[in-house]
Amino acid sequence: MEFALSAELERELDAIIARYPNRMAACIPALHLCQRANGDWVSPAVVDYVAKRLDLPAAHVEGLVTFYSLFNQERPGEHQVWVCRTLSCALRGADTLLAHCEKKLGVKVGGTTGDRRVTLRTAECLASCGTAPMIQVDQEYHENLTIAELDRILDRLLYED
Amino acid sequence: MINRTSYLTRSFDVPEGYLLAAYERSGGYRSAQRALGMPREIIVDQVKKAHLRGRGGAGFDCGVKWSFMPKDDARPHYLVVNADEGEPGTFKDRAIMEKNPHAVIEGALIAAHAMGAHTVYIYVRDELHMAKARLEAAIAEARALGYVGERPFGRPWAIQVFVHSGAGAYICGEETALLNSLEGRRGEPRLKPPFPAQCGAFGDPTTVNNLETIAIIPTVIELGGDAFSRLSALHDFNDGGVRLFGVSGHVQRPGLYECAVGLTLRELIYDLGGGVLGDRKLLAVIPGGSSCPVLRADEMVHVLGDPRFAPYDGKSVLDLPLGVDTLRTIGGMLGTCCAIVLSDAADPVLALATLMHFYRHESCGQCTPCREGCGWIERILDKLVAGRASMEELDRLTEIASDITGNTICAFGDGAAQPVLSFVRKFRREFEDYVLTGGRSQTRTLVA
Ligand SMILES: Cc1cc2nc3c(=O)[nH]c(=O)nc-3n(C[C@H](O)[C@H](O)[C@H](O)COP(=O)(O)O)c2cc1C
Ligand code: FES
Repeated sequence: MEFALSAELERELDAIIARYPNRMAACIPALHLCQRANGDWVSPAVVDYVAKRLDLPAAHVEGLVTFYSLFNQERPGEHQVWVCRTLSCALRGADTLLAHCEKKLGVKVGGTTGDRRVTLRTAECLASCGTAPMIQVDQEYHENLTIAELDRILDRLLYED
Repeated sequence: MINRTSYLTRSFDVPEGYLLAAYERSGGYRSAQRALGMPREIIVDQVKKAHLRGRGGAGFDCGVKWSFMPKDDARPHYLVVNADEGEPGTFKDRAIMEKNPHAVIEGALIAAHAMGAHTVYIYVRDELHMAKARLEAAIAEARALGYVGERPFGRPWAIQVFVHSGAGAYICGEETALLNSLEGRRGEPRLKPPFPAQCGAFGDPTTVNNLETIAIIPTVIELGGDAFSRLSALHDFNDGGVRLFGVSGHVQRPGLYECAVGLTLRELIYDLGGGVLGDRKLLAVIPGGSSCPVLRADEMVHVLGDPRFAPYDGKSVLDLPLGVDTLRTIGGMLGTCCAIVLSDAADPVLALATLMHFYRHESCGQCTPCREGCGWIERILDKLVAGRASMEELDRLTEIASDITGNTICAFGDGAAQPVLSFVRKFRREFEDYVLTGGRSQTRTLVA
């Protein structure tokens, strides 16, 4: 499948490239932009597109995609939920949050619900330790989380829109 | 005596305190306006007098670092602001970006001028979407007024400021890994030398500073270096000024508190943090991010031959002023100054197992001792927690950690080894109990 950016995103990418003394430096921002435009994953077509656009070997772009954990090599669910599991959150009950997510969503960490609405993941410390426990849903943080609040958040993800 | 201040945090509770109008109402951008009219040596000198120790973890003197930048070098110079904030337990830079982004921009303008840089990149970890949006908005506001751009405050020295997003890798907080990542490469640390001041971003002279270090620079200029330094209780230790103290884990009021340098752990945990959660006993504290050795609550300070330590000798470690060198001298580390508190409800064996899962996951894999060692350590800890490890394996933990130390390209290896070495030594009885009885007399939980 071919991949292309809209004219507007092409202009955005040009502006990004102009910030750096060479094209390679635009590679990570370009991958972010394209991943978003591609339903939140970096398909082989996206790799080829970025490589061509920035004049880089495809292997270089591929190397970034495998190194950085926030580039998805498979299409995730419509929403992504990250439960922070690192120490400050663990001391405040992250395990219980995670178990609740697994039960309610009916998937293990790394899994996606059958209707493809939600992918469940764990995260390492998200710089929100003073308001632990916390989860990230897509681009948003939910802090000082209780099970009741978590329940409401998951309900919205599963049943609304 | 707690000396709470509000140089960095005064905008935190103001509605829309992150906007330029609010920032300027409280004196914002006046330091930049002044500093950009000063010769760069004078600024570096003020920062040296401030005894501003880097807030990113290593505590290097900021003014000294700036003075390493070449003076007569035609190559482009760069300032790179490190907002990768990934050290477990650390949550200060995110708060500054979200609630006081203009302090970052103003500090960056002053720093860029002092180092002869035209370009500033703020490297923010990708997950911090709100922080990035606030920074972008602040840059746009500052650009609209001409503070950022071709002629900041009318001076013929262009300064551009850009936000650059990471993509999920703790190692990119290490400054040379960060530079590789900025250049569009895998975030693998570089061998030093050459140091960034000679060969940094794109092979050109570069200074990497933590975001809090940069955000406090306007205050240094506002007060003057010496007056800034003297706010600290550790002025005599060359550790000046004010900083953000974080506290998380088992305390009543976790959060961020801006205070003069030299606060004690007792003040942080009991006065500011409201005491231990559930009125339990304090077991241990990791003073500044997980890569620092853990301190037991019952540890005492013993330092011979340094008169500056006389007031603290024989006292609890909780009463030692928190500073880069005070902690280093007792074999600890201040790190990012964001403490993780463990009450006696927490099982230290499980705490270490949780942390070592992090290090195994985040090792970039470049150096064998770290890549393999972190994996071995995690596996032994998993066995230990399951009650299936032997005494030999427990001793292997210390051996493996010692073999990582000093044998890697970057300090990630030391950061991974420190928790192992300190937890196993200081909680030997608890670790042995897992070998002997599967941890039957331990709490076997982390939650209070
Ligand atoms: C594994 C590792 C991770 C690091 N992560 C960060 C980080 O997230 N933020 C940061 O400012 N410094 C981090 N550092 C420290 C940087 O390498 C560097 O010392 C710092 O950004 C310098 O700024 P400062 O002198 O203003 O403290 C890390 C170091 C190591 C070894
Ligand atoms: S440990 Fe969860 S945000 Fe830091």
